[in-house]
Amino acid sequence: MTNEFYIYLSILTPLIAFFTTPLLSSNPNLRDSLGPIGGIITFYSSLNIASLYLDGEVLSLTFFQISETLSISFKITGLGVIFGLVASGLWILASIYTIGYMRGNKEKNQTRFFTFYSIAIFAAICIAYSGNLLTLFIFYEVLTFSTYPLVAHKQNEEAKKAGRLYMGILVGTSIVFLLPAIIIVWVLTGSLDFSTNGVLKGNISNEYVPFLLALFAFGIGKAALMPFHKWLPAAMVAPTPVSALLHAVAVVKAGVFSMLVVITYVFGIDFLTETNGAVWLIWISSITLLLSSCIAITKNDLKARLAYSTISQLSYIVLGGAIATNIAVQGASIHIVMHAVGKITLFFAAGAIYVATHLSKISDLNGIGKSMPLTFVAFFIGSLSIIGVPPMGGSWSKFYLMLGSVEKDYLLVIYILAISTLLNVYYLLEIPAKAFFQPKRTNIQVTKHPLIVYPTFFAAMLTIVLFIYIEPLKDITNLISGNQ
Amino acid sequence: MMPFIIKNLPILIVITPLMFSLIVAVLNNNRLAWTLSTFASFLTMIFTILLCFEVSYKSNISYYLGNWPPPLGIEYVIDRISIIPIMIVSVIGLIATLFAHNFFTLEIDEKLVSKTYSLWLLTIAGLIGLITTADAFNLFVFLEISSLSAVALVALGSKVDRKALVAGYNYLILGAVGATFYVIGVGLLYGVTGTLNMGDLAQKIPALGLNKSVIVAFTFMMLGIMVKAAVFPLHIWLPNAYAYAPSPVSVLLAATATKVSIYIIVRISYTIFGSSYEIYSFESLRYILLYLAILAMFAGTIMAIFEKDVKKLLAHSSVAQIGYIVLGISLATSPGIASSFIHLINHALIKAGLFMSIVAMGYYTLKRIDVKTIAGLGRQLPITFFSFVICALSLAGLPLTVGFISKLYLIKAAYMSEGIWLPFLILVSSALSLIYIWKLIEGLWYNEKSLKIEKIKELPEIYLPLLVITFLNVYFGIDAGLIIDNSFIASDALMSGIK
Repeated sequence: MTNEFYIYLSILTPLIAFFTTPLLSSNPNLRDSLGPIGGIITFYSSLNIASLYLDGEVLSLTFFQISETLSISFKITGLGVIFGLVASGLWILASIYTIGYMRGNKEKNQTRFFTFYSIAIFAAICIAYSGNLLTLFIFYEVLTFSTYPLVAHKQNEEAKKAGRLYMGILVGTSIVFLLPAIIIVWVLTGSLDFSTNGVLKGNISNEYVPFLLALFAFGIGKAALMPFHKWLPAAMVAPTPVSALLHAVAVVKAGVFSMLVVITYVFGIDFLTETNGAVWLIWISSITLLLSSCIAITKNDLKARLAYSTISQLSYIVLGGAIATNIAVQGASIHIVMHAVGKITLFFAAGAIYVATHLSKISDLNGIGKSMPLTFVAFFIGSLSIIGVPPMGGSWSKFYLMLGSVEKDYLLVIYILAISTLLNVYYLLEIPAKAFFQPKRTNIQVTKHPLIVYPTFFAAMLTIVLFIYIEPLKDITNLISGNQ
Repeated sequence: MMPFIIKNLPILIVITPLMFSLIVAVLNNNRLAWTLSTFASFLTMIFTILLCFEVSYKSNISYYLGNWPPPLGIEYVIDRISIIPIMIVSVIGLIATLFAHNFFTLEIDEKLVSKTYSLWLLTIAGLIGLITTADAFNLFVFLEISSLSAVALVALGSKVDRKALVAGYNYLILGAVGATFYVIGVGLLYGVTGTLNMGDLAQKIPALGLNKSVIVAFTFMMLGIMVKAAVFPLHIWLPNAYAYAPSPVSVLLAATATKVSIYIIVRISYTIFGSSYEIYSFESLRYILLYLAILAMFAGTIMAIFEKDVKKLLAHSSVAQIGYIVLGISLATSPGIASSFIHLINHALIKAGLFMSIVAMGYYTLKRIDVKTIAGLGRQLPITFFSFVICALSLAGLPLTVGFISKLYLIKAAYMSEGIWLPFLILVSSALSLIYIWKLIEGLWYNEKSLKIEKIKELPEIYLPLLVITFLNVYFGIDAGLIIDNSFIASDALMSGIK
């Protein structure tokens, strides 16, 4: 058995789940167990891939050679290892949670839901392990289209509108900006492969670098840089498991992952530093970061607030890439993990609250903390991780991001990060504070489903574990830009 | 037997459908007529495949009709370039014939069905003849055969909707104008060169220098064929002809007829006049084509966005897609023409699939399919819906479908010769095309039904050909090497004639 087997295993497992789910529609228990089982297999192979990567082995696999310079191929990179671990690991948790949510909420069309859920994970894993820009683009689009039926799951007028916005922005930006950017790279360098130090150096004159980077940055709509961020709040009409796994982990992380890949493996950090091509991106992402935090405060709908918080947190990652030093990129990639775990906790909690009480407005949550203590403790811990308080994992990534900005003397960036942290404290901690300390307003029936509460609590614990057990992550991210 | 067949392949692919069309015309049994037509198109496809193998190692087959050598006799030429449209016509022809039977039985008077098959085969014969012939006047003959039979086929749609008569009449008049323009051009060329053979013409034209007759001849020939190819703004016959023709006719015409005409544009501008490329400065014509193509892209897409009738919507989208193909030709570079050939093939697959799934929906519901009646059909017709979605996404250029491959190569070629502005326009228009595609997918997907129909059972004789086309749309989107390589070989062969 060769080591490439693990790439096959991690890619094919969700694909097999996709094909078998519709066949098992008559047996819901068997059908729903595919998710956790698939998650465990995929996570297991991702772990193996990660350890092989740490041993210095370069795994690659060509699936289809379309022409001399075009191929659908996979190659393991440091960033890919991180994203693959996050997507597959959280799939286990989310799939268990999804069963509880869909059943507790008595949603319709569950088979269709689980089918497209698996194909979305498949696309995310393929993005993580993609070996060139073409493969990345292909599965980027597959991810968009496969999540549409999930976003529009309710099939009502509201879902239709949200679905249009979702497709319009994501597909529109990818066709109009991202595709030409990829083709320009293809024409300039004659290949689309990723390389540890970038491929563009010496192939493009310096004054075009910011322009090409802009095509990428706005073309990757999934990274939700302003002004192309509206799709993310719109996608919140989807059932909460979709918001949790896809719009806090797989889809948005695919976006920022692609950004980091473009910055490190296509442009190259050193090349961007030389040409100052990414300086404008620092300011755009800083503006996105602050503005979306401000908007989050004004939102009374719990999921909308979390969505704007996600937009803000994604910009941390883009910011890390734009600063373009080793430490900042390391911080950005650690933030992919930390934010994913923290935000999935918050969404899980939001869904748990909705299933138990059918409440979605923050102002209605007064005093229900005592009826659902585990859920709100989890929410509290998740919030602390997003804010960046030790001993939660989120503190590491903020620490590295700040180190990166100090290294480059971007003092203003440090202030922006600090202000944003304060805003985080305000709009996230308000929710558990209200739930625990305000008097209860009305009598609300609380019905709990164990499959919802335990994954939520487990995810919260994971943020603490990741604070202590950070070494392997540091080792992997250290290797990303090729320095030991 | 076999060597005889191999030797005569170039004429067999034309004569087979032609002969069978005569046999089919006198039959009274409709089912038998269909079986024979299927057999004829199957034979044609077998011959085409044999021809493919022949061409792949001989690279150029020249066939003298009745053993009369040119310039006196008629020459047929099959090379790496012409094999591409021949393949399109014979493959789509076979699939469309298989698909046609239920529709012809439903939409056409019982007495006329066998005559319809006769016209159908005649159209296929005419289209293949157009591609194979290397004689400028013989090309005119096939042009008339194919368009007259196509006009009659369009007009046969009158049992369902009387508007088909007007559509057929418009097609007839404009087609006749186009053909006349072409033959005027050929006459002028004959006057100054004394030959009708394309290869011969190509050799004699440069010697004439800046001869006015040659310039006028070129203009007439190009304009005539541009009407046939529905290059914007000469496309006005197309939307109604596609929309009111009997369903299988829409499929056949949309997938093949305009493609063949575009191939002739390539032949005229690169083979006949290619050797005098420098003298006649293709540059200015090239820009006319380029701007027309850009206009077509936007006009077709915008018309499609506002169109309610789905068949007409697809026809408008064809106008835009023809724009993409002409755009590649107008770049006048090897990658540009290669991208045109790629899209020529791919668009045939896409449009065949789309028209087939839409007319299938019309067949099951017995209604004209427009944006209202389409609502909620997706759940009732899952297989048709699935095929429609795949082909529609292919039209939009989603990765893993043929549409993406076309777009990738077209944009690369456009960027290499014109810079960033042209790819940007192409992409904006293709992003706009998402609007009408999404309108249809959304209509099918959401629940509100507008038609009260019983549970429908999808018929295998309709969905199997449809699934084959859908499969090809995906297969060649992933394993695209075959199409890409052959398109580049064809374009290199064409461009070598210029240097």
